[in-house]
Amino acid sequence: MAFFVEPLQYQFFVQGLIAALLVGCLCGLLGVYIVLRQMSYIGHGLSHAVFGGAVVSHLLGVNVYVGAGLWGFGAAVLIHHLTTRRDLPADAVIGIVTTASFAVGVALMSRVHRFTQDFEAVLFGNVLGVSEHDLLLIAVVTVLTGLAVAVLYKQLLFSTFDEAVAQVAGVPTRLVYLLFACILALAILASMQVLGVTLIAATIVIPAATARLLTHSFSTMLVLSTVLGGATALGGMYLSYYVDIASGASIVLCAALLFVAVLSIRR
Amino acid sequence: MSHALLELQRVSVAYANQPIFTDLDLCLTPGQFAALVGPTGGGKSTLLKLILGLLACTQGSVQRLPQVTMGYVPQREMIDWRFPVTAEQVVLMGRYRHTSYWPWVTRADRREVAALLDRLGLTPYAKRHIRQLSGGQQQRIFLARALVAKPQLLLLDEPTTGVDLKTQHDILHLLHELNREGMTILLATHDLNTIASHVPWVICFQHGVIAQGPPETVLTPDILRQTYNADMVVLRQDDMTFIANRSLAHPHVAQQGALAHRSRRVPDGVLR
Repeated sequence: MAFFVEPLQYQFFVQGLIAALLVGCLCGLLGVYIVLRQMSYIGHGLSHAVFGGAVVSHLLGVNVYVGAGLWGFGAAVLIHHLTTRRDLPADAVIGIVTTASFAVGVALMSRVHRFTQDFEAVLFGNVLGVSEHDLLLIAVVTVLTGLAVAVLYKQLLFSTFDEAVAQVAGVPTRLVYLLFACILALAILASMQVLGVTLIAATIVIPAATARLLTHSFSTMLVLSTVLGGATALGGMYLSYYVDIASGASIVLCAALLFVAVLSIRR
Repeated sequence: MSHALLELQRVSVAYANQPIFTDLDLCLTPGQFAALVGPTGGGKSTLLKLILGLLACTQGSVQRLPQVTMGYVPQREMIDWRFPVTAEQVVLMGRYRHTSYWPWVTRADRREVAALLDRLGLTPYAKRHIRQLSGGQQQRIFLARALVAKPQLLLLDEPTTGVDLKTQHDILHLLHELNREGMTILLATHDLNTIASHVPWVICFQHGVIAQGPPETVLTPDILRQTYNADMVVLRQDDMTFIANRSLAHPHVAQQGALAHRSRRVPDGVLR
């Protein structure tokens, strides 16, 4: 018991633990739709796109969260437009849009040398540096995402499974995608401080892929992936504390280990 | 558009600047049961998507009766069979227009779905994952998803591909029943033998309408040659029609490539 209680005496750890738990659940929940749409690369890509937006916003003096969120949403919309309207391959479009966006951020960072450690945290995550303000943002985005997924359950399920037939059946598939892109951009934004843009993708994909191995039911997969995302985030935080490794990396490693374990059991 | 459920006037569709068909005129009347036949890549699926509103035409107009409801059964290869859904959940998706705004499934939804699954003989498979069903059961589940929305116009893309002969007949028998109940049906297929004896109206299509009419007037070697760019043999006996690609019916001809074979085989034309 002391193993779990001891780190809780530190306020920064408690805040980090709550943030990691919420981000783990959030990414786990959204990951289901991303994995089932076979767009795992979009989580990776959008997190990089958001980084570009964050740098540009910082330089322009715009609120970084607002700027980066809008930038991420814009990137998701552009990807959807190019893949559906211009009939370009999704993986290529995601690669072009998001890597170019990331490159904008890197280019500006290398040109302007007044960036602080904040941007290292954005890249690799610093859960122990989570402020109350960050925690509030994460909590709001998690609650909003949970509500959106519940309210749009039928629409998201149908358009994820079969977008064309969903459209024929009357589901406003384009609007549903735009809302999902908006939620995803917000989730990535909220997760940046905890996991860093380089590790978000794994946290989105791994719990959902693990849950898929365990169930044939969509609703069960949603619950399982959310729980596994939260659980591996908690596990990763304790691992980070005791082994003294970066928290983002330890969360991803916990999730990957669980995936391997489930995979070997389910063979 | 006086009596038409659906009317296409001088419609053109292009894909990556390559025209799929141009100046197409086509009309479906209420209660019609028609098959769209033609080779793979001839534009059948594109035409269905245009009718469904999934594609826009570059020219012309697509007019539907106001408030007409449509159901669509896509090709089996368009389905992600690994997706975690049961047969019942797939059919429930089709209730989208009729269901409440609440995210959960209502009792009325479950009743409708259960009745339809019962009619299609699928009740024992309702809780199974879609990949655990046979080809015929899978096809009927996706047909049920379209039917549960009670569409006036039902469009099916290759509904008899990849299923055994009995299932093909079961599906077409069911479509006949639905048509008798008043549903307008358009199915796209390249399976000529199945539709020759089951569907009352045939539209031969390859980048445009080659011919249309009852099967006995449309399914002739000349029209089929124009449609498929291949020599077809049409055999009719009593009420049955058999159609075969001449080279597939005699694969050794292709191997030997001997012209002498041609003289020993039946001449082009309908054999009675």
